Amino acid sequence: MADEWTAKLETYLDGELSAGEMRDLDAHLRSCPSCAAGVISRIQIKRAVHSAGKRYSPSAEFRQRIRKSIATKPGVSPIRMWLAATAAVALLLIAGLVTFTVRQQQLQRRQTFSELADLHVATLASANPVDVISTDRHTVKPWFQGKIPFTFILPELQNSEFTLIGGRVTYLGQAPGAELIYQVRKHQISVFIFQNRNAGHDLGSGSSSLQQLSFNIESWNQDSLRYFVIGDASSNDIRNLADLLKKAR
Amino acid sequence: MPLFDQLFNFAHWLAQDRTEAEDLVQETYVKALKGFSSFQPGTNFRAWMYRILRNTFLTSRTGLKASATIPLDSEDGPELPAGPETPETILIEYSQSQILQTAIESLPIHFREVLLLCEVEEMSYQEIAETLSIPMGTVMSRLSRARRALRESLQQKLART
Repeated sequence: MADEWTAKLETYLDGELSAGEMRDLDAHLRSCPSCAAGVISRIQIKRAVHSAGKRYSPSAEFRQRIRKSIATKPGVSPIRMWLAATAAVALLLIAGLVTFTVRQQQLQRRQTFSELADLHVATLASANPVDVISTDRHTVKPWFQGKIPFTFILPELQNSEFTLIGGRVTYLGQAPGAELIYQVRKHQISVFIFQNRNAGHDLGSGSSSLQQLSFNIESWNQDSLRYFVIGDASSNDIRNLADLLKKAR
Repeated sequence: MPLFDQLFNFAHWLAQDRTEAEDLVQETYVKALKGFSSFQPGTNFRAWMYRILRNTFLTSRTGLKASATIPLDSEDGPELPAGPETPETILIEYSQSQILQTAIESLPIHFREVLLLCEVEEMSYQEIAETLSIPMGTVMSRLSRARRALRESLQQKLART
């Protein structure tokens, strides 16, 4: 088992593990002195190589020579060269910034969805999965009054496969929200609703659907609220329930 | 000139000769300017420049000689398990950068370049894969072998001192 972690230490220090693996390894390092020592020695080597590797500098004469040779090259004017170099640097910066931003957003999205998957599993594993038990939306919705700082609309479920089981107050990023449990055939599905500014982790304004730890997830913004529908039901079921919630008036 | 100092440093590590490094960098800029229209906006400019430099090196006399010594063992196999931890006494010796630089120099070219791109240029595995035109899996296994080879080389050199 320790070997399995040890094999990942270098990839970990290179920042190339997935967010989940990074978290697992972080947790492991707190309890494994051998791997922690391995990390320290590898960091020292990395730093030493980083500094020893910056060994050679071009001479001033060579720099000047290259400038001149490029500037005097037929068909390549100094202005064109300058424009090309500036455009290249700008492209490099933009590409770097875009990559960084996209990676950050992906990481935050994954973290949020992972936390929601945990909440969903914890609810299903609980002896008392819901605090208000009712199949009637007119009972469940008023129950949340005074418990969360917003209100929401629940859909009419007649002629659909879904049944409302109940609801409970939940928290994401220390902000309160509503968790509603629905059933479709033998599958239980959680619907999480939070205020958009709290659920954010900057999930963007659009809708999205994906798989996380074998769960299907739909998420979207509506009326300043962020909705998440998550469960082990098929992606069609998850989408159908999401559509019902979106159309609820 | 973008990336001038970094490219020169990398070229010198590859060629291990100042004059050859200067020729490589000069040719790299000439090729880059000539082929700038072929650079696709949105792709990685840094990886593109390093790829030109590396390809120029590989087709040079020194590069052909160096690449001919690449061992034939498979690189796409599983990564090597990390070796035993380096004793702290040896880590302290890393401050002797002359020994470390000699150890890096003594690495085969395909280990040296992947190690330098990762540790000195701080490229991501994806960027390294683009620069060296190899799959990500090969980057990881080659890097793992390069690090192990460096550790072993260091231990040998330090044992001799």
